[in-house]
Parts: sequence; structure tokens; C-alpha cells
Amino acid sequence: MIEASAKTKIDEQTDRKRTHEVVELTPLDKGLINLLQHGLPVCERPFEVIANELNSTEEEVITHLNQLLESKVLSRFGPMFDAACLGGAFTLAALAVPDERFEAVTAQVNSFEQIAHNYRRTHQYNMWFVIATESQQEIYQVIEEIENMTGLEVLNAPKLEEFYVGLYLPV
Amino acid sequence: MTSLRPIDAKAHVLGQVPYCSLTEQQQVKLRAIIEQGLPQVAQPYLAIAKQIDATEQQVLEQVAMWQESGLIKRFGIVVKHRQLGYTANAMVVWNIADADVEKVASKLSLYDEVSLCYRRPRRLPDWPYNLFCMIHGTDRDLVLGQIDKITNELALEDVQKDVLFSYKAYKQNGARYGKNGQKS
Repeated sequence: MIEASAKTKIDEQTDRKRTHEVVELTPLDKGLINLLQHGLPVCERPFEVIANELNSTEEEVITHLNQLLESKVLSRFGPMFDAACLGGAFTLAALAVPDERFEAVTAQVNSFEQIAHNYRRTHQYNMWFVIATESQQEIYQVIEEIENMTGLEVLNAPKLEEFYVGLYLPV
Repeated sequence: MTSLRPIDAKAHVLGQVPYCSLTEQQQVKLRAIIEQGLPQVAQPYLAIAKQIDATEQQVLEQVAMWQESGLIKRFGIVVKHRQLGYTANAMVVWNIADADVEKVASKLSLYDEVSLCYRRPRRLPDWPYNLFCMIHGTDRDLVLGQIDKITNELALEDVQKDVLFSYKAYKQNGARYGKNGQKS
């Protein structure tokens, strides 16, 4: 039985080690990832436009894109909808979980289908997750259920104002 | 390799039409289909059009309109940043005086390293932070260096802040969208 704090350290080391297992990408893969992060033209043959931009062929672009999706380098390819326009409700929430309960609480929180992301972070508030529901009311319900289930108080930090969104990760 | 520049999507959009030629039902179907992602075939919009008994032109126009209206923020990809070597992902949180939030946020947003910048509520006494930004990098020390640089350049040395690195994704999947939403 490893002590909880030691276990956290091991987790962290494993995670650092995994950083070296980064996927190998061809120059075309890199070009695709960089270009497509800016968007895809809406036209009859979008992959041909991309191919021309990258000195490649339509067929080649489609093949590589498929491989990137299969190898899970890309998690989504398609439209990003504006959640607010669609009437969904979202919030970012956090818990301060005692180390020895971390795994159990993770399982409890992830059991809710409304949890979209869940990250462990280096802080007293060490569990951060997104709650995505159809209504604001449902957000409060989920928070209350998590609090009842875990006995921990949820920090609810909804977005009040968006100043900037522009995630671009060049490879 | 050609130089990479963003493609101007609008330059490729076919003639804008002021009305929508798809029925309500076709629109609902179309949204459900593209929420699952775009088919990776030479003419993806033609493939979708066949599924909803519409023409390729109608589908393209509808998608262009949704982009214009902001319902679709953009068409593109979501990368798994860890897989690409971006394993040092910092959430930087600041306690900025309410009167200064807008000014500070607009300056933070100018930095290439900063990918998101949101105002969120303080939750006193435990959580005094009201401005959140994300910085994705390949190495923690590098990211800490960037945060120091930004802090000094914006004269925020005396502002209370905290840096939360993520070191494991326990769940990562797309959110459902509103009603009839599908888990992606």
C-alpha cells in the first residue's frame, strides 16, 4: 500500500515520462495540423484547397487526416458550435480533494454524463472539471449531487466574460 | 512547404443568399450530422446533402449562413495537445481589481502564449481570483518563464496570482450541445 502523497508523486513522474512518447508526425501532418487549427474553407472541395496550400494532393490530405483522427492526435474534425447559441449551459468547477480520496472522487465525478473534461491540477483545488448541461438549473442540480455524493464543497466558476479565445498550438 | 497562412474561409463561400432553402427538419438533420464531424471524402458536403435529400449548394449555403450568424464558431480541428508534446498546461489565475480587469485582460490577450482569457467570479474567502488564462507549453520551466516575463512586462508583480498545471486528463471528451445534442 503506497502512501497517498507518494502515490501522487509517482503519478506525476509517470506523467512527465509520458511526455517523451509524443506521436511522430510527417511534415504534411504538421502542415495539416497547423493549417486546420485556423479553420477549413467551406466549399465543394475543401481538401483540394488545403492540398494546394500544402503542395500536396487531395487524396493525400484525406489519407493523412484519417490517420491523425485514428491515432487520436485529433479529437474532432468539423464544426465548433457556439454552445451559448445552442442554448446549453456550461461552467468550470473545482474540488479540493484529499489525496487519499482522489481516485474514488474522480470516479464519482466522472460518473455524471454532464462532465465534459476533468483535469487534475497542482493546487489545493486539485480537480477541475467542466459541467455541460441543457439548462442553468441542471448545472445547480449536478453541483448539489456532487456535493452530496462526495461531501466536498464545489467551487463554481462560470464564465462571466470572454476576453479572448484563440488556442493555436503550432507543431 | 509553402508558408502557412490562415485560409480565408469567406473567400471560398459561394454566393450568399438572404433566405434559407432547407426545411426545418433538414436543418435539424444537417446539424446532427455535422456535429459528428465532417465526412473525410473529396466532396463532404455532397455526401451530407445526399443523406438529407438536399443539394450540395443548399448544404454549403446553410453552413455558410451558420458561420455568418456565429452559430458555428469555426470549422476545423481539435487537437489533443498532450499527444503533440504540449504537456505543460498552465491555468494562470489572477486577483485583479474589478476596475482594471478589462484593461489587463486586453493586454494579456495580445500575448501569443495566452490561448484563453476569461473573467470568472471570485469565491471568497478561499478563491480570490477573478481572471483566468491558459498557457500551453512543452515544458513547465519554459511556461513559468513566460509567465514571469508577462508579469513583469505588464507590471503585475504585486498582483496576487496562482499557477495551476494540469498533469493528467482524467476525462476528455466533447461536450454535448444543447437539446438533441450528441456526445461527440
